[in-house]
Amino acid sequence: MKAAFLPVGALLLAAVVALAQNDTARARSADSHFDYAELAKAPEKARSRHNPLAGDDTAVAGGKKLFEQHCAECHGAAGEGGKKAPSLIVPEVQQASPGTLFWVLTNGVVRRGMPVWSKLPEAQRWELVTYLQTLKIESPATVTGAK
Amino acid sequence: MGRFLFLSIPAGLFFLFIMVLAAPSRLEAQESPYMVTYDHYLEEPGNLEVEYFSTLGTQRGGHDFHAGWLELEYGATAWWTTELYLDGQTTFHDSTVFTGFRWENRFRLLQCEHFINPVLYIEYEQISEADKIVKEVEGHDVEGDHAVPNAIARQGHNHELELKLLLSKNFKGWNVAVNPLATKPLLPSGPWEFGYAVGASRPLALKASAQKCNFCRENFSAGVEMYGDLGDTVSPGLHETSHYLAPVAAWNLPSGWTFRVSPGFGLNDNSHRLLMRWGVSREFTGFGDTLGKLFRGRP
Repeated sequence: MKAAFLPVGALLLAAVVALAQNDTARARSADSHFDYAELAKAPEKARSRHNPLAGDDTAVAGGKKLFEQHCAECHGAAGEGGKKAPSLIVPEVQQASPGTLFWVLTNGVVRRGMPVWSKLPEAQRWELVTYLQTLKIESPATVTGAK
Repeated sequence: MGRFLFLSIPAGLFFLFIMVLAAPSRLEAQESPYMVTYDHYLEEPGNLEVEYFSTLGTQRGGHDFHAGWLELEYGATAWWTTELYLDGQTTFHDSTVFTGFRWENRFRLLQCEHFINPVLYIEYEQISEADKIVKEVEGHDVEGDHAVPNAIARQGHNHELELKLLLSKNFKGWNVAVNPLATKPLLPSGPWEFGYAVGASRPLALKASAQKCNFCRENFSAGVEMYGDLGDTVSPGLHETSHYLAPVAAWNLPSGWTFRVSPGFGLNDNSHRLLMRWGVSREFTGFGDTLGKLFRGRP
């Protein structure tokens, strides 16, 4: 009896994986272009927050390390975007206030697959924001995935 | 099935070693140090985390034991994590037995971060009464339950549904988590059983250093957790219950490995005097995509 349940459990897990992947694939095909509307949802209070690490070179270096560890997998090594996540080197992101970027990092975009990153301490999220704002805007012709 | 060596320490470590060799990519883990308590963070979508945990327990009125469990944790979506557990144990001077499996699902209930962040935890478990991982303490679980010889204990099987509400908050670098739990034995049927786990932890440094390093303070986190049972609907209350207090510590390596250690101390005579736990885990990115290609038949 016990032996019979093991493969059933494994199959259920596999089915979940497959279903989740199909769900993701459907979401991608239905929305072939990423948009940046989430940035506009940041409340005014969050948007106006000052970056306490602005201009701190060590924060840029720390943020780069964090970006490579946690963000590059989906957003690309240079923030150019990929299949899973939008480019971060577009005007919508680069011209957003530090507080807006911090808010999106903290809250994620859960329904679109971006996890909340509040598990990183606040100082590390500000380091990430500091690094993000050092990225250069890519020319519109080569921006991938941007609306 | 009697000697299910898959769950022994060497086999678990060997399995993880093979997974490392086969890993297509890596991601630095940022795992909490908790062994029993859950915070509200789920696995990143498409990532698979392979974890092996071990508990060395002292036993009065019986033989000490080593219980181990393997966890396969998958981020199905950003709001849903699903997990398969395989449990086993070795009781010294007795035998090694596979004790069952658990299928756990965690659902994030709110899209954004709030003052308190709730996650719903639903688990189905089919385990024998020889199970000794002591990861979930509920009802009137006491040390004496584990003194029964494996040959007798493994004849009893439990099918249970376990529900938890994972409440968690981060504040000034600290995480505080509270997990009330309720378990319903389905087969054989029994009363609802209750338990709890609470924890607090913090990284040793809040700011990331500029260089990649194994021993940077931000790679370490530490805290404490407490867990125990709260009786059942037939006999609620704290009599005949066990409770544990356990310091916890984790080391997140840039290579993607996480090591955890936690000595748990029993707080009353119904508790094991010591539950020495340790665990090792590694996160693999792109697992979902790989499996998806397999199912969809794309190259």
